[in-house]
Amino acid sequence: MDTLIQVSSALFLLVGSFLCISGGVGILRFPDLFTRMHAVGVTETLATTMILIGLIIHNPDFMVDIKLIIILLMSFFISPTASHALASAAMRNDRLWESNEKPDSKQVKSSNP
Amino acid sequence: MQHTIILSLSLAAFWLANSGHNTALMLSLGAISITIVVYIAHRMDVVDHEAQPLHLTLKIPGYYAWLIKEIIVANLLVVKHIWLGNKSISPGFTTVTASQKTDIGKVIYANSITLTPGTVTVNLQGDQFMVHALLRESIKNLESGEMDRRVTQLEN
Repeated sequence: MDTLIQVSSALFLLVGSFLCISGGVGILRFPDLFTRMHAVGVTETLATTMILIGLIIHNPDFMVDIKLIIILLMSFFISPTASHALASAAMRNDRLWESNEKPDSKQVKSSNP
Repeated sequence: MQHTIILSLSLAAFWLANSGHNTALMLSLGAISITIVVYIAHRMDVVDHEAQPLHLTLKIPGYYAWLIKEIIVANLLVVKHIWLGNKSISPGFTTVTASQKTDIGKVIYANSITLTPGTVTVNLQGDQFMVHALLRESIKNLESGEMDRRVTQLEN
């Protein structure tokens, strides 16, 4: 039983770490602010969840588990708000991809051929 | 009145979950701080159906289950495209129309869009959401309107 807990917690932490690294690679690779924000989205949703679930499994103390769950819920409410604030601030300052096209019509526009 | 009671109860649960002390002194200090917070919340006039959306209580768990599934799928897609590199992405803006009537429904919809990786709500005007997406697939997925429909169902 103890081994099972250790192994499953390690597995969750490993997957979470891989997703965190993927998010970091995405930030370095992607060409502009908005696409980089999507890469950060991976880190702030699934990677956080996986790491916190790993920690919850690892820790038998009930009080600590509750705090980890609160952190998880908070991050799910705070991160979209922060992303939205960042995106609309970027929008006002016109930080678009090189071509600087303005999103003005209803058509789906793509700047990558 | 109903909202005040629920606010006090949830604050009490939050306090107990965070403190872990059960002596009389600590509990009474907790009760005093909850009373002060509820009083301040009343003065700020924020104790209403928007801060405490009780009418959503029954329907929200099903929506969350569906949203978590969507988040996992979207995450895997974005991770795949991170490792495939710049050539594989097709970023662009789109405008989606929200069919929600209330402000809280619109906020839930916009936040759900932002929470799924690959799509971010950039601007919100009336019922028009401007969304930036990493992939054409995510735009198509959004325009199929399933998320919109599910959030609207929450409201009624």
